[in-house]
Amino acid sequence: MNIVVAMKQIPDLQQIRIRNRKPILDDVALTFGNIDKNALEAGVQLKEATGSNLIVVSVGTEALEDTIKEALAAGADEAYLVLDDEIGDMESSSSARLIAEAIKKIDDVGIILFGEGSGDNYSGQVGSRVAAILGLPQAGYAKSININGNIATVTRSLEDCEEVLEAELPIVVSVIADINEPRIPSVTQILKAGRKPKEMLELDVTGDSMLETISNLAPEMQRKQIEIETIEKLLKVLENEGLLRR
Amino acid sequence: MAAILIYSDKTKLAFELLNAAQLIGKNTDLTIKAVSINNDEQAEELAAKGAETYKIINPELNLADTGAMASALLQTAEKLDADIVLLSSNRRGKELAGRLAQVFKAGCLTDVKSMQTENGRIECVRNVLGGATVAIQEIISDKKVIAISPKAFPAAADEVGGTINEYVVNIIPSGIKLIETRAKAGDSVDIEAAEILVVVGQGVESQESLPAIMEIAKNLGGEVACSKPVATDKKWFGEERILGLSGKICKPDLAIILGVSGQVQFTVGIRDAKTIVSINNDEKAYMNQMADYVLIADIKEVLPELQKAIG
Ligand SMILES: Cc1cc2nc3c(=O)[nH]c(=O)nc-3n(C[C@H](O)[C@H](O)[C@H](O)COP(=O)(O)OP(=O)(O)OC[C@H]3O[C@@H](n4cnc5c(N)ncnc54)[C@H](O)[C@@H]3O)c2cc1C
Repeated sequence: MNIVVAMKQIPDLQQIRIRNRKPILDDVALTFGNIDKNALEAGVQLKEATGSNLIVVSVGTEALEDTIKEALAAGADEAYLVLDDEIGDMESSSSARLIAEAIKKIDDVGIILFGEGSGDNYSGQVGSRVAAILGLPQAGYAKSININGNIATVTRSLEDCEEVLEAELPIVVSVIADINEPRIPSVTQILKAGRKPKEMLELDVTGDSMLETISNLAPEMQRKQIEIETIEKLLKVLENEGLLRR
Repeated sequence: MAAILIYSDKTKLAFELLNAAQLIGKNTDLTIKAVSINNDEQAEELAAKGAETYKIINPELNLADTGAMASALLQTAEKLDADIVLLSSNRRGKELAGRLAQVFKAGCLTDVKSMQTENGRIECVRNVLGGATVAIQEIISDKKVIAISPKAFPAAADEVGGTINEYVVNIIPSGIKLIETRAKAGDSVDIEAAEILVVVGQGVESQESLPAIMEIAKNLGGEVACSKPVATDKKWFGEERILGLSGKICKPDLAIILGVSGQVQFTVGIRDAKTIVSINNDEKAYMNQMADYVLIADIKEVLPELQKAIG
């Protein structure tokens, strides 16, 4: 069985600086979203439990050829990549179409894993869109996943309850950060990563644009930033503002 | 006449969607139609808000089967001539949004926290880059699915003229079985509803401080929230109390923030609060720049005083 994990290359958010309210993305290192790393770890654990093969699928700029080593070092066996330098801020609908097309080229897919949201846009659409394109059952916000034969059991966490869902494979699952603690690859794993197979897919990356971004700016902060010396003074100030109803 | 369709599994959120739909529909000839699935009571309540409500009752339609739900809403939207579907951006709604958008051939935006509408154009506001920036985006495809964050809009007011129409769709299961539903262990606290939040960050060094902090929050008529590592690493609280990008976005009147450094993924959850107090022993903590009142102090030392004053 093949386990697929879809991961998104994003700018390292810690490195983004804001100038004139605009995000500066030049020279910011690329990485994978944190929750995508949880999805990968979930894939690695399922691979170990079931003796499967783990394939990472990713769509991104040419730099992805390098970024993908992170995932190959952390336990993926091979990668299917769609590279194109025009793929900057690709819309969810286009990423989903390309990821689904890549997955169609893989035989015997048992489970397709996503993070619940990408590190940058956090829109959470791609997993659901891929499930729709492939006509598969889906379970979002998983906090645990078990595979027994050809049945997946997923416990998922909603705001007010947990649901235990069951489906026959193949299934699409998105995970939350709580599901696991991603392992840190060893030096040998990192060295081996470069030699793992990478399949470069030639797919038509042009898709219909459905969204338009009118502006994207850091919010203006208008906070008083008044320093107060004691708890007593603090409470007085808050009381005067009518904020304490005691 | 073209329509806006609204659906949420949670009645409270459906009321907010109704309000958002009224805003979009204002000065247009769009009509508003509400869908309620396997929830008689919700259908009644939506009708009491004046909504033209379509009630689908069919035990074979399982809310946990996102594929079947997307198909049910697609059929409804097509039949009722709706090009715009509003869903709630809670977890169930967000999951549904992507699937519906795909089968509906719609552009989709989720976690929308406000909207500006003009002449039928809908500009949606949402956080991107982990919350570092706020984007204004528009869906330019004919069909649109918009998932709106809880609390982004107030509930619609009661209105007369609502109707309930029983409605039938074909159920197309995708193969998901719901085996069990468990109420969440721990508390079912709603930090989004609280007008005052006392927020525990990693600067609260000892778990023994928590009872005092809970008491302070209670006496202020508020709730306790926390930064993510306090819940996920330290496990002091359940995840329902996390503020931030992967937690809740709250807009309390007052947030008293204890020992939080103020990374953007956290501040995005609280930056819409009316008044922010930061207590931190590091005067350079980024949180302080985001605060109205700053007390540079060690939490261990000021907590007893705070408890005494408010306890
Ligand atoms: C994709 C992604 C999503 C994330 N989502 C979230 C999210 O939703 N919510 C969230 O909170 N985080 C989130 N994070 C994590 C976030 O980046 C920070 O790591 C986290 O918010 C830090 O929590 P903290 O401020 O409590 O801890 P720290 O960063 O450790 O800060 C502790 C603060 O306490 C102060 N302090 C220490 N001791 C004392 C003392 N004795 N008295 C007073 N002050 C003291 C310190 O000066 C410091 O400012 C996310 C990260 C990523 C990558």
